[in-house]
Amino acid sequence: MNIFVLMKRTFDTEEKIVIQNGKVNEEGAEFIINPYDEYAIEEAIQVRDQHGGEVTVVTIGNEDAEKELRTALAMGADKAVLINIEDDVEHRDQYTTAKVLAEYLKDKEADLILAGNVAIDGGSGQVGPRVAELLGIPYVTTITKLEIDGTNVKVVRDVEGDEEVIETSLPLLVTAQQGLNEPRYPSLPGIMKAKKKPLEELELDDLDLEEDDVEAKTKTIEIFLPPKKEAGKILQGDIADQVKELVSLLHTEAKVI
Amino acid sequence: MARKVLTLAEVRDGALRNVSFEAISAAKTIAEGGEVVAVVVGASVRSLAPELIAYGADRVIVVEHEKLATYTPDGYAQALQAVVEQEKPEGIVFGHTALGKDLSPKLAAKWQSGLVSDVVAVEATGGNIVFTRPIYSGKAFEKKIVTDGLMFVTVRPNNIAPLEKDESRTGAVVDVQVDIKDLRTIVRDIVRKTAEGVDLSEAKVIVAGGRGVKSAEGFEPLKELANVLGGAVGASRGACDAGYCDYSLQIGQTGKVVTPDLYIACGISGAIQHLAGMSNSKVIVAINKDPEANIFKVADYGIVGDLFEVVPLLIEEFKKIKVHA
Repeated sequence: MNIFVLMKRTFDTEEKIVIQNGKVNEEGAEFIINPYDEYAIEEAIQVRDQHGGEVTVVTIGNEDAEKELRTALAMGADKAVLINIEDDVEHRDQYTTAKVLAEYLKDKEADLILAGNVAIDGGSGQVGPRVAELLGIPYVTTITKLEIDGTNVKVVRDVEGDEEVIETSLPLLVTAQQGLNEPRYPSLPGIMKAKKKPLEELELDDLDLEEDDVEAKTKTIEIFLPPKKEAGKILQGDIADQVKELVSLLHTEAKVI
Repeated sequence: MARKVLTLAEVRDGALRNVSFEAISAAKTIAEGGEVVAVVVGASVRSLAPELIAYGADRVIVVEHEKLATYTPDGYAQALQAVVEQEKPEGIVFGHTALGKDLSPKLAAKWQSGLVSDVVAVEATGGNIVFTRPIYSGKAFEKKIVTDGLMFVTVRPNNIAPLEKDESRTGAVVDVQVDIKDLRTIVRDIVRKTAEGVDLSEAKVIVAGGRGVKSAEGFEPLKELANVLGGAVGASRGACDAGYCDYSLQIGQTGKVVTPDLYIACGISGAIQHLAGMSNSKVIVAINKDPEANIFKVADYGIVGDLFEVVPLLIEEFKKIKVHA
């Protein structure tokens, strides 16, 4: 089976966010594989181990993303592809990302494509379904279970806490939700092996795309931090009195009850 | 500049979800005086049209087909494609719900357009429509504009106030016929795991429990408090991991992001993972035995105490207020 994983390197949101010159300052910050993409990588490896084939992890980014790609290879992926469009495309959004990924994937005859359902930095949750649409294949988002039998696929999907059981077929794109699996940590032998696994680097030219083909459809005009919250009121006194005061404050001051 | 804007109404258990009305409100801002057309899709949904008009839709388009009884991306995309081709709108607003998140990127890709998702505020600034949305799990916000193509937007539930309901509003209700075929995904079964009643993502009041709740039974007083307030119960990852409740209740970076008017955190320490899912709630109340707990840093009001003592007292006090009201 020919399996692809769409991965994003993300800013670890446990980091403190500092805005400098209208941008989030990334200097010195910790970067990670987007947590939802880790589920996708793990599932891809499990599907390959069960059905055979090859797992290729693809990311769009600059050379810094090599670190996260190597981590995916150390987990057990077979190949990695880094599409570096940083120098070629000034204005990028999810339209850009999906278009570039679909252009890369269109002649790869992928049976199964996996991605995270959302990235924890931008939080747009668009790229998976967009890529499926551009490739003309079906998709199922926020999956928590995947069973493949020949070309038939049964998927369980999380729908705001309820579960949908879905039948579909390969080729297919799915996006991973928490609960799909427990991503493994790279083993030491895995890390050693990963160093020798192929990591291909591509640019826009290699995909027969021009900057105009992938130019963003949206633009960020401002980034700002939420207003600092004033310190809350810690109530004092007897618990019963505190409860009375709280209810009264919610009623008269906060006016939410 | 007046624009025609569509909204996709969302139906759950035979009734319109609140976010459908919030989408109409957002569409009114985007339309800048142009027509707002609500689209409702399903097997038998025509009777819902008057409520959409009462909430401000100028016109309602009904797309009925037996294959649209359950949402599938292919079915709904075919329905909306027919409507968009007929209406030629400049924008389409969805709820940022499981359905809206699943469908809107497919349509945006089909129309080679941008999509601004998870929008919490919309302003018309004379020329541009400016959308505000959270990034980095709500630790920052960005303002976005659409520079080319159709304006696809999803709005986060509970953030954009719906227009006042007015039964005297009038508008046409028209049918669009579609032939739905070749569904590539088929929904075989829907397993309801969420509790009856209030939807967590749309709840105005959420009572959430953490590890401090100690057991599945420990959630009972929280449920009672939620009931009294007409709210929903949520949980931290810690409580879900410990098996006190189902993961469908989880609020946080993984799990649901909620913005109720009132969030009551009971026995929740306030890990960053959890704060990412609830820190934009309008009013936060924290109840925790540990005065050093992180949750007090984001709380508007805090009670340092045992939730099993505090929550029953709260239930009594709220009941009293309800009697007066």
